[in-house]
Amino acid sequence: MTASNYATERETTEGKVFTVTGGDWDDVVSGTDPINDERIVVNMGPQHPSTHGVLRLILELEGETVREARSVVGYLHTGIEKNLEYRNWVQGSTFVTRMDYLSPLFNETAYALAVEKLLGIEEQITERATTIRVLMMELNRISSHLVWVATTAMELGAVNMMLYGFREREHILEIFELITGLRMNHAYVRPGGVAQDVPDEAVAKIRDFLKLMPKKLKDYENLLSGQPIWLERTQNVAVLDVTGCVALGVTGPVLRSAGLAWDLRKTMPYCGYETYEFDVPTHTDGDVWGRYLVRLAEMRESLKLVEQALDRLKPGPVMVADKKIAWPAQLAIGVDGMGNSLEHVAKIMGQSMESLIHHFKLVTEGFRVPPGQVYVAVESPRGELGVHAVSDGGTRPYRVHYREPSFVNLQALPAMAEGGLIADVIAGGASLDPVMGGCDR
Amino acid sequence: MTAPQDRPNDGGVPVPVTPAGATSGAPAEYPPAGRGMFGNQGTGDVSGYGGLVRPRRTVEDSPRPYGGYFDEVTDALEEAYPGFADAIEKVVVDRGELTLHVRPERIAEVCQVMRDDLALRFELCSSVSGVDYLGADERRLHVVYQLTSMTYRRRVRLEAAVSAEDPHLPSVTGVYPTADWQERETYDMFGIVFDGHPNLTRILMPDDWEGHPQRKDYPLGGVPVEYKGAEIPPPDRRRSYQ
Repeated sequence: MTASNYATERETTEGKVFTVTGGDWDDVVSGTDPINDERIVVNMGPQHPSTHGVLRLILELEGETVREARSVVGYLHTGIEKNLEYRNWVQGSTFVTRMDYLSPLFNETAYALAVEKLLGIEEQITERATTIRVLMMELNRISSHLVWVATTAMELGAVNMMLYGFREREHILEIFELITGLRMNHAYVRPGGVAQDVPDEAVAKIRDFLKLMPKKLKDYENLLSGQPIWLERTQNVAVLDVTGCVALGVTGPVLRSAGLAWDLRKTMPYCGYETYEFDVPTHTDGDVWGRYLVRLAEMRESLKLVEQALDRLKPGPVMVADKKIAWPAQLAIGVDGMGNSLEHVAKIMGQSMESLIHHFKLVTEGFRVPPGQVYVAVESPRGELGVHAVSDGGTRPYRVHYREPSFVNLQALPAMAEGGLIADVIAGGASLDPVMGGCDR
Repeated sequence: MTAPQDRPNDGGVPVPVTPAGATSGAPAEYPPAGRGMFGNQGTGDVSGYGGLVRPRRTVEDSPRPYGGYFDEVTDALEEAYPGFADAIEKVVVDRGELTLHVRPERIAEVCQVMRDDLALRFELCSSVSGVDYLGADERRLHVVYQLTSMTYRRRVRLEAAVSAEDPHLPSVTGVYPTADWQERETYDMFGIVFDGHPNLTRILMPDDWEGHPQRKDYPLGGVPVEYKGAEIPPPDRRRSYQ
């Protein structure tokens, strides 16, 4: 910088000395924009207790009013879709279960349905396997909605609800552990059926849970539904109508809370949902309150579905009869999850050379899937969970893409938040129920 | 990566001709075409399967009638959209799903008709994603749109293919705002440029990332690990069946 208008300088024995004079303050003041200068940009996240994982929000605020909101995702991207292309079709279950970690069984079932459609074996899936899938998915829906109600209530100030929600979820995770060996990341639903049969012990446990849960749901309603703070924080907050939802691709409870009864279990049934009796709860307000009511009602419907599925559980195989597809190993549940069955290992090593060869071929090489592409969608707790699977005829997926409801629904956040208060960003974001593991994959 | 002709004979059966698509290097070189069964290169393969050349599959037009609602949808589109003959390259019915292969420059127009025509009414764009059919065709990058009609409870898939050298096609965000992030993801993963997109930036990968990871010529990466004294190569270098 050469000669400055603001400060003249001269050399002294102590060094350079600047003389600062004023006089241009009027210019400076008139140069400010009273509206835009009031705006501040607040960066919320990616580590923030109220953003449901590593979601970053950039909010432009005017006072407490949000003028612009932008969400930044991708912090949890783990390249699952790319990784799938380097593993065989069965190993895919292990990857996809880790996407949306609150609804692993939906990820697995959608994947299994897609692979089965590619193989053309949908008709051969045993009734018991399908019933178990429905049973597990509906239990999973309850556990996912429990986490939603727990975390959302906590973010809006009701910390006790958080404890209750996670407490009841624990019952479901125990059931999952008993059946699949793990609380999360089960890799239980496999192409061709399910990995394990449901033990009688688990059936008894689910029956207990079915007795317990309606009472607990009543408690939640007693706790929240009449609570003035809860009502203030949720009613008429983050409204999105049906047009907005469909344009932005929002599905699931958010769409249903706006009044459109679009539930893939009813509208495009899979896994035999058309034979079950259940209702699709809706609401007309399209606000956080409506989403809360819809999710609570959905838990009740899921309980009905679980009960029906239990009643239908007739003994039978849980894997397709085709030995070229069915995983050959009889797995066993151990203390550390699902693993090799020693009995089966003894049999293939000691008695049957054919079984050993078969086991070796299927485990190392895997089965081949005829070339083609399919799109299969299921109704996850967050909306349409779609799998676009492409096969080139090899033993590994050529491409698998997940249409993740968390990812698509998050686009609606600016539409819900802009023009509202910053506190309502939390309520609106939470009401979308984004799971970043699923969103970023 | 060396071209196959300069590659030292790796112990497998010598291959007289260079198979198509086998020049781009591992790990992309596995199907839809290629040589061998195990995907390994540079190590001895004495099984004889290393010399296998697998044919490439071509997607063909399905004959009419397509069955189900597919005829109705195709007829309705033909009636409502004057450029049908020019824009629709292929109609494929496979596994109970209808795929319309659309000329890339026409995709936004076709989507507009698909959404607005009373007999079509595909209100929801469920998914936009890409597939890289490396080596299959000049236009190897395919963009796949899954449209859902909530009124008629139907699904249809649109597919538009572009080349890697000129990966441009119009954005459908004007028709389906939900395509915004999904097109960004497709750009991020495949490098397909959606002209007219309001903010086509990376979404899942970091902003300064180089390359497009879901392309088949992009390596999976990874480092070898030592396990019980043996070195296990990263997943894309392991010997595996294809």
